[in-house]
Amino acid sequence: MEIKILLGILISTIFINNYVLSQMLGLCPFLGVSKKLDSALGMGLAVIFVMVMASFFTYLIYKFILIPYDIVYLSTISFILVIAALVQLVEMVIQKVSPSLYQALGIFLPLITTNCAVLGVALLNINSGFITSKMGLLESMVQGLGAGLGFTLALLLMAGIRERLELADIPKNLKGLPITFITAGLLALAFLGFSGMKI
Amino acid sequence: MNYWSEFKKGIWAKNPILVIGIGMCPTLAVSTSVSNAFWMTLATTFVLTGSNLIVSLVKGFVPDHIRMPIFISIIATFVTVVELMLNAFQPGVFKALGIFIPLIVVNCIILGRAEEFASKNGIITSMLDGLGMGLGFGLTLSALAFVRESLGANKLFGLTLIPGMQPSTAMILAPGAFFTLGLMLWGMNVINSRKG
Repeated sequence: MEIKILLGILISTIFINNYVLSQMLGLCPFLGVSKKLDSALGMGLAVIFVMVMASFFTYLIYKFILIPYDIVYLSTISFILVIAALVQLVEMVIQKVSPSLYQALGIFLPLITTNCAVLGVALLNINSGFITSKMGLLESMVQGLGAGLGFTLALLLMAGIRERLELADIPKNLKGLPITFITAGLLALAFLGFSGMKI
Repeated sequence: MNYWSEFKKGIWAKNPILVIGIGMCPTLAVSTSVSNAFWMTLATTFVLTGSNLIVSLVKGFVPDHIRMPIFISIIATFVTVVELMLNAFQPGVFKALGIFIPLIVVNCIILGRAEEFASKNGIITSMLDGLGMGLGFGLTLSALAFVRESLGANKLFGLTLIPGMQPSTAMILAPGAFFTLGLMLWGMNVINSRKG
């Protein structure tokens, strides 16, 4: 039974409520890092990790610090600080453990702090009522995982298309951002089809 | 004259959305109706002007290597103020904008202006820069919302436009946002290439 609920959350965050293509969160990295497939993959993996960790920590902070002391209005400030610290930590660990991966990710790592999808997943975990739920911690972590996977999926699809668009014959004024947006619109239209799925 | 040019550059020449290409998430997500766009503009401009003012005040004694966390804390403080005010005085708007109010914290326009402009310039020019950037953001957002609301909901400011017409729902959902902004950017490129 529990597995079924968790699987439902996972599938709905990846496909039905895809963070990028249907909720429009995390568009800056989606547009900025989707030029090449391998950097898109690296960015996606880093975002998945940060999202799961952020869901874990923000849930604990909300439930055991903000609610007991009745300072829920500080959630925005505390969440963004947690995410910034987490990104810094991830950066330091990756630099120590695998310098080659650190080189490959480069400037994308610090940029995750201002990825609105990460703060978005932390806030949505609270709004989805996971706080009062019996296995809320697990549910919010699964939501974080799904959000990260959905983000990676959208990023990879976009990068694959954009690598081909480079070679296509596009009118001069449409090159760059305009054609990217129109492509994203077509992708979003395709993802709209998932909204008919019942879980 | 100098003040005027700092103010107006945000509207066209350095428009944060159309030219610099930042702050996309709120732009696309909130432009479902003109009234949402208006309140979002008000909230963002308030945060932008306020954080630019404080950042330019403290720029002298903030150590360089920890400036980012300090800027983010300043911005988050202003966002919390907006959150509480909207919740108290405009609960309907607060509900409609949802998580996009707290997400103003990670709007790249605000951190971008703090880092690029306010941390290097005086108080008055920083505030004018914030106001101008906010206005440029708002005008783009409103234009987008105008197209999307009239095509996607067949409504404008809550009034039905053409009675009996079936609106195309895709325009109010995510695809419409991407298409409209893509076409707007295209139009902007056409105008700029004719000029130069």
